[in-house]
Amino acid sequence: MATLTQPGLDQIRSWLGEVPDPEVPAVSVMDLGIVRDVEWSGDELVVAITPTYSGCPATSVIALDIEAALRARGIERLRIERRLSPAWTTDWITEEGRQRLEAYGIAPPAERAKGPSPLDRFLRSTPPVIACPRCRSENTSRVSEFGSTPCKAQYQCRDCLEPFDYFKCI
Amino acid sequence: MSGQDALFEYLLRLGDNALILGHRLSEWCGHGPALEEDLALSNVALDLIGQTQLWLNLAGAVEGKGRDADRLAYHRDARDFRNVLLVEQPNGDFAVTMARQFYFDAWHYLLLRELMGSKDGRIAEIAAKALKEVTYHVERSREWVVRLGDGTEESHRRMQAAVDDLWMYTGELFESDEVDQAVIGGGLGPDPASLHEPWLGLMRATAEEATLTLPQPGWAQRGGKRGIHSEHLGYILADLQFLQRAYPGATW
Repeated sequence: MATLTQPGLDQIRSWLGEVPDPEVPAVSVMDLGIVRDVEWSGDELVVAITPTYSGCPATSVIALDIEAALRARGIERLRIERRLSPAWTTDWITEEGRQRLEAYGIAPPAERAKGPSPLDRFLRSTPPVIACPRCRSENTSRVSEFGSTPCKAQYQCRDCLEPFDYFKCI
Repeated sequence: MSGQDALFEYLLRLGDNALILGHRLSEWCGHGPALEEDLALSNVALDLIGQTQLWLNLAGAVEGKGRDADRLAYHRDARDFRNVLLVEQPNGDFAVTMARQFYFDAWHYLLLRELMGSKDGRIAEIAAKALKEVTYHVERSREWVVRLGDGTEESHRRMQAAVDDLWMYTGELFESDEVDQAVIGGGLGPDPASLHEPWLGLMRATAEEATLTLPQPGWAQRGGKRGIHSEHLGYILADLQFLQRAYPGATW
């Protein structure tokens, strides 16, 4: 069914808020800050998205999911634009997104992104203290800098023994 | 050499370094010493392959002959690859893989920091994206060099051997030729030599913490940047390119 009037941008953003991230389905592409811009260019809708990581295989799936969701709402002329700059940061994850991540068992980023790091940052780096999303204990340890996807690290809680993912800050 | 030709060559170097090291690391998939390390190696490989796509697509656009990242990755022969010799060296044991990674990551990190200030906005934005990822790579490879160096007698012996054996491949990272000169002159990238002292500083600090002895400066193997490779690259390409060579343009 073709739409007779152009849906408003707030309406479109709210539809996009129902499109789950393919790898972390508890959060939407809006929660993660992957959708950078939504605008009408004449009768064509342009949605700008940015990859979380350069090699993130989910990016093309996300583009397809967004396209399918908007077409199902009757939007026929649609262009997905990929944007690299400014580079995605975990600071763009919304407050609701952080809460949903945690409820899903993934600890959200514990700190703000610092921008380009000082030269010797990694010479004195210590893993951030991350609270267990299950029992809230801060007595946790980092198992590995990388988890099931590049955007996550693996932690384990020393109190309840829960192994969990931490969405690391970039 | 025209500015466009030099830029194309330079972008191939950036893309090929990431491609070949990404491929090497992906060879560990299913063979890591522990599940966590298997995942970590594959994730670093994935980041590097993602960066490869960005650099090689840009290289293809600069070249202007309609070649994209896939075309460049799968349809060039060894002599047309511009990666440094370091990244094509075999994985060896875990110490060799981590020493190679730390040498490369530290250099990569320093280089990307400078490329963020490139006058070419396309280079600057890829560098800004990649730097975020590479910061995690270098933290991790550094930790492993320290953990194995300052570990057991056996792990120390292996890490010292790896650091010694790969040292001769690091000189090439800091040398420049007419491609680099054109890039420096155009304000597109840094003088490779300017990265040497900061890199050595990171190496010295890490070696000390890891109770390792850093090799003395000596004769350097070179050639990768000009397409003169070790025998290892041919085997990598045979594996990497087989499908596209046998079935050109195959997709799924």
